[in-house]
Amino acid sequence: MADVIAAPGQLSGGGTQEQKNYLNETKGIASWLFTVDHKRIGIMYLWAVLASFFIGGVFALLVRLELLTPKETIMSAEAYNRVFTLHGAVMVFLFIIPSIPAALGNFVLPLMLGAKDVAFPRLNLASFWIYAIGAIFAVTAMVTGGVDTGWTFYTPYSTTTSGAVSTMTFAAFILGFSSIFTGINFIATIHKLRAPGMSWYKMPLFCWSMYATSIIQVLATPVLGITLLLLIMERAFQIGIFDAKLGGDPVLFQHFFWFYSHPAVYIMILPGMAIISEIIPVFSRKTIFGYKAIAFSSVAIALVGFFVWGHHMFVSGQSVLAGAIFSFLTFLVAIPSAIKVFNWLTTMYKGQISLKTPMLYALSFLLLFAIGGLTGVFLGALSVNVHLHDTYFVVAHFHYVMMGGTVIAFLGGLHYWWPKMFGRMFNERVGAIACALVFIGFNVTFLTQFVLGSQGMPRRYYNYLDQFQPLHAFSTFGSWILGLGLLIAAVNLFSTFRKKPDAPRNPWGAATLEWQTDTPPITHNFHHTPTIDHGPYDYFPGQRKHA
Amino acid sequence: MSQVTGATGASTIHGHGHEHGHSPFLQHHFAEMEQQFDASKIGMWLFLVTEILLFGGLFVGFGIMQGKFPEAFYEAHHHLDWKLGALNTVVLLVSSYTMVMAVHSASKSNQKALIRYLVITLLCAAIFLVVKYFEYEHKIHDGLLPGKFYTYKGDHVPGGQQATFFSFYFMMTGLHGLHILGGMTVIGWVLKRAIAGHFNSSYYTPVDLVGLYWHLVDLIWIYLFPLLYLIS
Ligand code: HEM
Ligand SMILES: [Cu+2]
Repeated sequence: MADVIAAPGQLSGGGTQEQKNYLNETKGIASWLFTVDHKRIGIMYLWAVLASFFIGGVFALLVRLELLTPKETIMSAEAYNRVFTLHGAVMVFLFIIPSIPAALGNFVLPLMLGAKDVAFPRLNLASFWIYAIGAIFAVTAMVTGGVDTGWTFYTPYSTTTSGAVSTMTFAAFILGFSSIFTGINFIATIHKLRAPGMSWYKMPLFCWSMYATSIIQVLATPVLGITLLLLIMERAFQIGIFDAKLGGDPVLFQHFFWFYSHPAVYIMILPGMAIISEIIPVFSRKTIFGYKAIAFSSVAIALVGFFVWGHHMFVSGQSVLAGAIFSFLTFLVAIPSAIKVFNWLTTMYKGQISLKTPMLYALSFLLLFAIGGLTGVFLGALSVNVHLHDTYFVVAHFHYVMMGGTVIAFLGGLHYWWPKMFGRMFNERVGAIACALVFIGFNVTFLTQFVLGSQGMPRRYYNYLDQFQPLHAFSTFGSWILGLGLLIAAVNLFSTFRKKPDAPRNPWGAATLEWQTDTPPITHNFHHTPTIDHGPYDYFPGQRKHA
Repeated sequence: MSQVTGATGASTIHGHGHEHGHSPFLQHHFAEMEQQFDASKIGMWLFLVTEILLFGGLFVGFGIMQGKFPEAFYEAHHHLDWKLGALNTVVLLVSSYTMVMAVHSASKSNQKALIRYLVITLLCAAIFLVVKYFEYEHKIHDGLLPGKFYTYKGDHVPGGQQATFFSFYFMMTGLHGLHILGGMTVIGWVLKRAIAGHFNSSYYTPVDLVGLYWHLVDLIWIYLFPLLYLIS
């Protein structure tokens, strides 16, 4: 074994095109659709979530375009309601939740653990199929009347409006199972399939975060499932649980919904944090600072996250005492997130930072997530929330965490593992330009919305006062920059398929196991079961470590 | 600068260790049977947790509505025949016992007993469904149906929340009934494999896991029975 692992970008050439790998070992569409190889399933998921991201993105651009001017710009008010609902539902249920775990995680998690596959390969394939079926239902809902409830499906509106609410709800119900299956698989895999010598504390932090994510997926998703089922029943049979006319309680729906959906925001962000914990040490050439603090803060987020759902309901009429408790707990849940940010920053301190594309995304993440998280704390403060609830401030907050956090991390991870997945290097300079455009476009779009929100612009409104127009126009302009950046990133990545495979086995000089095997990996991942002789962030295993 | 660790390339042989003799049921990505068994067990327990949470949502919803409308729920529950419910409870308890014995027989490599116990378990499940069928038929006949299909006219407590009771009744017992059907399917599958002689003391994971699932299905009924049939 070599004693020093090369730094990012120091290796070039060394293409491994001739050998057999998971991509070329078998051929034909059936060999993909019925594969049980976690890498192929991950890739199929990747295409699926990217397609969803594209559809959701088009809806987003349409929403922004409509808001360029007050009153009608390009569509009617009814169409507007449907478009923003579909944007949210597609982005949340079809893109962001499966994006990192089911696509990237499926690919890299077993490799990182030194395993040949996930614990239940067939369950993994089932998860993908169920996802596909859920997606079909979602598309059906879109073309058969659409949905105009917002992605939150709040009653009583969702039980009375027309359109394909039940179909869309059922789609989300089905998609929940695919998410649960991924979660079960990852937990069992992490428990049982670590390579010999890989103790819990020698696992890459990615795996810890995935573990925490999976716990939430398993514990929270069933509650969403039953909630959505009750909603469907309410619409079909008027069972009277959410309908006040029949003695039911519409706010109960909100409780049920947020009992899932607040934990679900951690299903979305923890995987983003997982990726950042990998990228930062690699591109700083330093062991991660505070391994255990990062690992356990993931678990803490997963657990505390179950007790803060009421912060979405401060103005719903829940009791003042409940509001105060939820507010306090919401402050608590921000602590583990902050711990992580400080550890990442300390990891970079005095490191040899190389600003490759994945690292640029990671740095963007740090800044954007910090803003998103801190504004979450504003919103968690009771009195402030009364003013800001249901305004563009909330919209800006959650876009900073979901897009600025998770999506940026996803893009960083996509660039980071792209060479491993497809054996091809992308153009570094174009990658950096795309990242810069995404970063700028994102801030132009959403920083503006904090201002709009604090001035009282309500969310989900089609029309607005003339005084808001300059800011809205600015935000719409930003969405075009953002779209352009994403387009360039996509072209940059996809154009790698036009050239010969050229990626070395470990282009970034990382120390985790997925980089120690072939690029792209063979079907069984490793030629020999790997043994662990250095930590996941030990870039100079020959020397004594200093931490 | 030295090359990255272990850059041996494609020439190395595929060493998955399929050479030595081991159980035909060991999947390639596990090193040994015990690891495979432990993983399956973890997976099954997690699945059971999701089931409990799924029903948990219904239990909470029922509890809240019952808390709001105790009289209507009390009146509505008189339409349920607690004797039939109790009968079904006994049937499922027996089936749980036979399932335990099935697992036990498998672990002792007693194939005949295994098959016998699995068949009895299946029969119990079928009896349960037949009883349930007669209960449903009676409700349908009287118009005691969920939500807007509730047509029963003889209620005394005003407000109409008796319909809500029956919405929950049908959702909960219906979902539970689907789980019984699912259970019968997997027990049938295990039975088929048992007849084919797949199980012995060194490998009976499927029997074990299906057993766990079946106990959960029974357990949920044990909670449903007093909740729906024995309101006081
Ligand atoms: C530091 C941690 C966080 C805190 C303290 C926090 C706090 C809050 C609060 C109090 C609200 C309610 C605002 C209102 O409706 O009045 C909210 C909304 C929201 N947050 Fe966060 N949040 C945090 C992190 C996140 C993360 C990581 C995500 C997603 C990845 C997220 C996604 C959302 C979404 C989607 C909404 C709005 C939901 C809707 O009404 O449609 N938050 N957040
Ligand atoms: Cu929340």
